[in-house]
Amino acid sequence: MSSTKKLGLREKYRLMTRGLGWDTTYQPMEKVFPYQHFEGIKIHDWDKWEDPFRLTMDSYWKYQAEKDRKLYAIIDAFSQHNGHLNVSDPRYVNALKLFLQGITLSEYSAHRGFVHLGRQFGGVGPRVAAQMQAIDEVRHAQTQIHALSHYNKHFSGFHNFNQMYDRLWYLSVPKSYFEDALTAGPFEFLTAISFSFEYVLTNLIFMPFMSGAAYNGDMATVTFGFSAQSDEARHMTMGLEVIKFMAEQDPDNIPIIQKWIDKWFWRGYRLLVLVAMMMDYMLPKRVMSWSEAWEMYFEQAGGALFEDLARYGFRMPKYADVSIKEKGRYSHEAWAALYSYGAAAGLHTWLPKQEEMDWLAEKYPDTFPDFYAKRLEHWRDMQQDGQRYYASALPQLCQVCQVPAWFTEPDDPHTLCKRETEYKGQHYHFCSDGCKDIFDNEPEKYVQAWLPTHQVLQGNCGGAELPDVLKWSGIDVGRDNMDFAGSEDERHWNQSIGERK
Amino acid sequence: MTVNALYPDYTGQPRDGQERFHGGAVVYVSWARHLMFTNPYAFLVMPDLKVGDFVTTMLAPAYGPHPDWAKIDWASARWTSNGKPVTLDPAQTMGAAGVHHKMHLQLETPGLDGIGGSGI
Repeated sequence: MSSTKKLGLREKYRLMTRGLGWDTTYQPMEKVFPYQHFEGIKIHDWDKWEDPFRLTMDSYWKYQAEKDRKLYAIIDAFSQHNGHLNVSDPRYVNALKLFLQGITLSEYSAHRGFVHLGRQFGGVGPRVAAQMQAIDEVRHAQTQIHALSHYNKHFSGFHNFNQMYDRLWYLSVPKSYFEDALTAGPFEFLTAISFSFEYVLTNLIFMPFMSGAAYNGDMATVTFGFSAQSDEARHMTMGLEVIKFMAEQDPDNIPIIQKWIDKWFWRGYRLLVLVAMMMDYMLPKRVMSWSEAWEMYFEQAGGALFEDLARYGFRMPKYADVSIKEKGRYSHEAWAALYSYGAAAGLHTWLPKQEEMDWLAEKYPDTFPDFYAKRLEHWRDMQQDGQRYYASALPQLCQVCQVPAWFTEPDDPHTLCKRETEYKGQHYHFCSDGCKDIFDNEPEKYVQAWLPTHQVLQGNCGGAELPDVLKWSGIDVGRDNMDFAGSEDERHWNQSIGERK
Repeated sequence: MTVNALYPDYTGQPRDGQERFHGGAVVYVSWARHLMFTNPYAFLVMPDLKVGDFVTTMLAPAYGPHPDWAKIDWASARWTSNGKPVTLDPAQTMGAAGVHHKMHLQLETPGLDGIGGSGI
């Protein structure tokens, strides 16, 4: 190779990806890459992997560094100009707390998964792609922490997200989701994270949080969103490539992958209940309803995707019909539960204002006015009598998704959905058929679930009284939790806005 | 196959067997037609606790905030588990009544239908 001749893009790409791999000779390849066989996926030719971006590591660094420089310049300016005072309503900041508590360290978990794949995949194409995504994910975690650090100076609930992620009860929902993926084999991990999450469901996280930030005057988060957007586009394309590559390698792969799609669609959908609640209840200026978002991004876009994938023999994920039945109730069930557990949350909760009740009634005419509104109105009456309702008993959790079992029967929104199975003489409980199927397929995995309710009752969480458990979970009791009304956040906000005027 | 693992005979250790609850048992309770309580609750119950005391010392504080709680006619109230009727005599202990670890009990109170009959 001449040192003066400049390489063409194609040649450079070949050398910087395929050219970096070799077949080992001191040790057999299957010992060097031990993880890629036990799942039953058959790969005959790794060279068939098409990296849709043709991005090489050197240009990746250059491009990302440029994006980071811009992002940090804007975050600095946001901070210097007290950008937090421009948000639509101080309650909005609780959506950011949920984001930092629930998503940021999930990005870090995704990073860990892709680091593992970046080492363990036998094919050099996907190995390089996984390495790049590993760097994306750790960078997303870092930039989110930095983008939100300004809010930490002025609001509660941001100060201890790392401890909360490991210990706080509702955060075991995202944590267990990612730990399930991390402890699966590499092909299942890709089907879970790259395809089911990044390709099929990602718009339902990204759109609500980033458009929500734009609607509510939060420039720090919007800027993070722009900075991550090109990465997300790359991740989505990888998700689709993963599925097509595995499907084209061997027809025996199809039923294995379909089972993973069924599982990870359902797990992802259950995880998104936190987003549904955020969209309909936590954004003071709303972008669209959960029901509308589910129609647009899952029923229409997802429907078209699975029509396209039918040529490989794939079908819509199992229980997609249940998710459609639940779209009119998903957010209402979740917010009601979080409101009633507001004493045990790392963020503030509240009842919707009258104009927000009107919006909910308009968006959910079939379910809200006659049913969910009644519950909120009753709680409003209690609150006006000085009896703000807080649930005092621990919630039963689903063994798989770890969400409190607040979901109702697919065909009867007035009755809680309860499913149970017996395995090796023990009883296990689930929120749905979707979660029960996942358990029944791999009980030895899910019997190990660390369910916060059971751990508290065993005495493993700091003590027997709620304040002890909350303190152990990383919550500053009396500041981070309870209703927004009367909170330190509310006081500080009113003070700052008053001074500004 | 009970798990997809790297090596054969992988087994998991359950984290919530009864032996871990210091002599108690976890009992789940939900109250039909009263969705002000958004999900079933989990209680840690000692087997020698009387059913009547379970109701007054554990359930009443949890469900008492609902206006229907005080109106329950315990003579007509029914308990079910997995859709099957369960007899709980207030004078019996929970153990003697056959309430086992991780059993789900549903309370049904005919005539009480929640706030304004809404099932809330």
